[in-house]
Amino acid sequence: MSPGVTTNKGGDLVSVPARAAALLVAVAVVIGLGVFVAVYYIGSASSLPTVHFAAANGVVNVVLQEDPQNDSASKPDWVSYYVQDPNSKQWVHTTFFSIPASTKVNVTIYGYDGCTPLRNNFFSQVQGTEGDTVTVSQFNSKGKESLTNDTTSVINSWSDCNVGHTFAIPALGLYVPVASPNADDSANNLCSSSPCTPTFTDDGKTEHNPYALETFSFNAPTHAGVFRWQCFVPCGGGYLDGNSGPMQNFGYMMGNMDVVAS
Amino acid sequence: MTTENTNGNATGPKPETNHWLRMFLIWLVLALAADLLIWFVWYPHLPPGDMSDSAKHQQFDIAVLAVTGAPVVIAVLLYFVYSIIVWRARPGDDGDGAPIYGNNKVAAAWIIVTAAIVMWAFAFGTAELIGPAGAGAGEGPNPIWKLAGKTSSTWTPGSGDMLEVQVIGQQWAWTYRYPQFGGMESSELYLPLDTPVTFHVTSLDVIHSFWAYQLGVKADANPQVDNVAYTTPKQLGGFTVRCNELCGIWHGAMYNYGKVVSQNDFSNWAANVQSKEQGNGLLAALPAYSLTYDPTVLSQLTSSNNLNKVDGITGAAGYYYPPNDPVTP
Repeated sequence: MSPGVTTNKGGDLVSVPARAAALLVAVAVVIGLGVFVAVYYIGSASSLPTVHFAAANGVVNVVLQEDPQNDSASKPDWVSYYVQDPNSKQWVHTTFFSIPASTKVNVTIYGYDGCTPLRNNFFSQVQGTEGDTVTVSQFNSKGKESLTNDTTSVINSWSDCNVGHTFAIPALGLYVPVASPNADDSANNLCSSSPCTPTFTDDGKTEHNPYALETFSFNAPTHAGVFRWQCFVPCGGGYLDGNSGPMQNFGYMMGNMDVVAS
Repeated sequence: MTTENTNGNATGPKPETNHWLRMFLIWLVLALAADLLIWFVWYPHLPPGDMSDSAKHQQFDIAVLAVTGAPVVIAVLLYFVYSIIVWRARPGDDGDGAPIYGNNKVAAAWIIVTAAIVMWAFAFGTAELIGPAGAGAGEGPNPIWKLAGKTSSTWTPGSGDMLEVQVIGQQWAWTYRYPQFGGMESSELYLPLDTPVTFHVTSLDVIHSFWAYQLGVKADANPQVDNVAYTTPKQLGGFTVRCNELCGIWHGAMYNYGKVVSQNDFSNWAANVQSKEQGNGLLAALPAYSLTYDPTVLSQLTSSNNLNKVDGITGAAGYYYPPNDPVTP
């Protein structure tokens, strides 16, 4: 050690309190970073609104639509689900909704996006709904039905161009292929402004974007909890194998169904 | 051994303590107690349990290795604690410890004992890998250690035939195909009791890992690779299937449950699923059973049915986005 350098007890250049303070600051910085990252991501996820559905006589009516795009500022070209507010009837760009436990859930999905084949055609099979079936109608650009109330247990996404996405809650064993509009009707004619508007005009003249209307029912869990739902169609355009982007983000093709104690 | 005063000078002969003997005796008692506790108390509760032969072997392996390792751990810690207590510096003792110039006996004993332990672990581990046909781990498409059992294109209760189950991973779900039942597919994994099972594990997108925890089966699910693993369920009941390879944002939610049932119950369940999927057209919609699948090849999307490929129908033009689609449509 050079002459004149003052050392503290134990021969160290830095005092024990100074070292302790430095250690505490370092620990605080690491914890702070962790908290910031957690809050940032949790906060960003929870910024999506949750649409609450109430039960009437033990029945809940959930209405969704899936579009080829969305009305967000950041990712307007991502395919996306919307949830209809049961009170205002406005479409809300979110994939969070809540239902009461121990209820029968009637789901209506308006399918505006075109078809994309499933990676695994097994998910063409309807599973976990009442009767393991869905009922599908397809409306063409004139608002007329090209398919009317077809109750089926399989919508083959490979042999016909008629599955747009899926609505699946794996924890409940619920796997539902969501029909797309008729391929001939939807070629170069998909809805291009979200949220898309269902039309029931049947005058044979008014031009509309074609869509599919699908309904099914399932029983809500008897206990409260958050149940993840997702799409199994590789619909994330612009990403490796179509598996990322909207497929892996809340507010687009995946969400949470919050089951609350009734 | 002699003792030294604070100036490092010997103070004369004293009754010498045999530290090695003392440590050995303490070690013997502690090691024996630890091994008895491990074998008789801990072993029956060790994961993954004994629901299958592979799980039972893994439980046995962990117990044997714990019994082998505990005396080593105790020896190291005992020497550490003994040194701190017995050879600690007393108040006023500022002198250095006695210099150590090496001890051939200690060095030789250390080399021999550690070599023996490592060789034993190698021999034991190898035997336990070969004996239970890969110990429930994925062995790749051409397994070296195959599970004994008859292979057949069908499976019936009591036949002793091996059951073939294909495990298919995709973000973020497992499904299971049964080629001996017409290639039917299910989101539930049912297995018959006391039946040798061959798992063919593959993936349709990214790398997953099939982990049937209580069965002691773990095999990577790679796209276009058939990874084979074996087990024989030995107990009725449920088990958990998890993904054990970080595979995307919902990797943690990629799990479901399986069930080991009696052979007759399994046969009835499989026949019912096959019948249902035959009736509703799913079996015809599935690709022909294959050990791997190229998910970009759709057997039913032929040139005669090229409607799906028309641009403008959808963002993916009715087909898949290409593997490295660089532009968001």
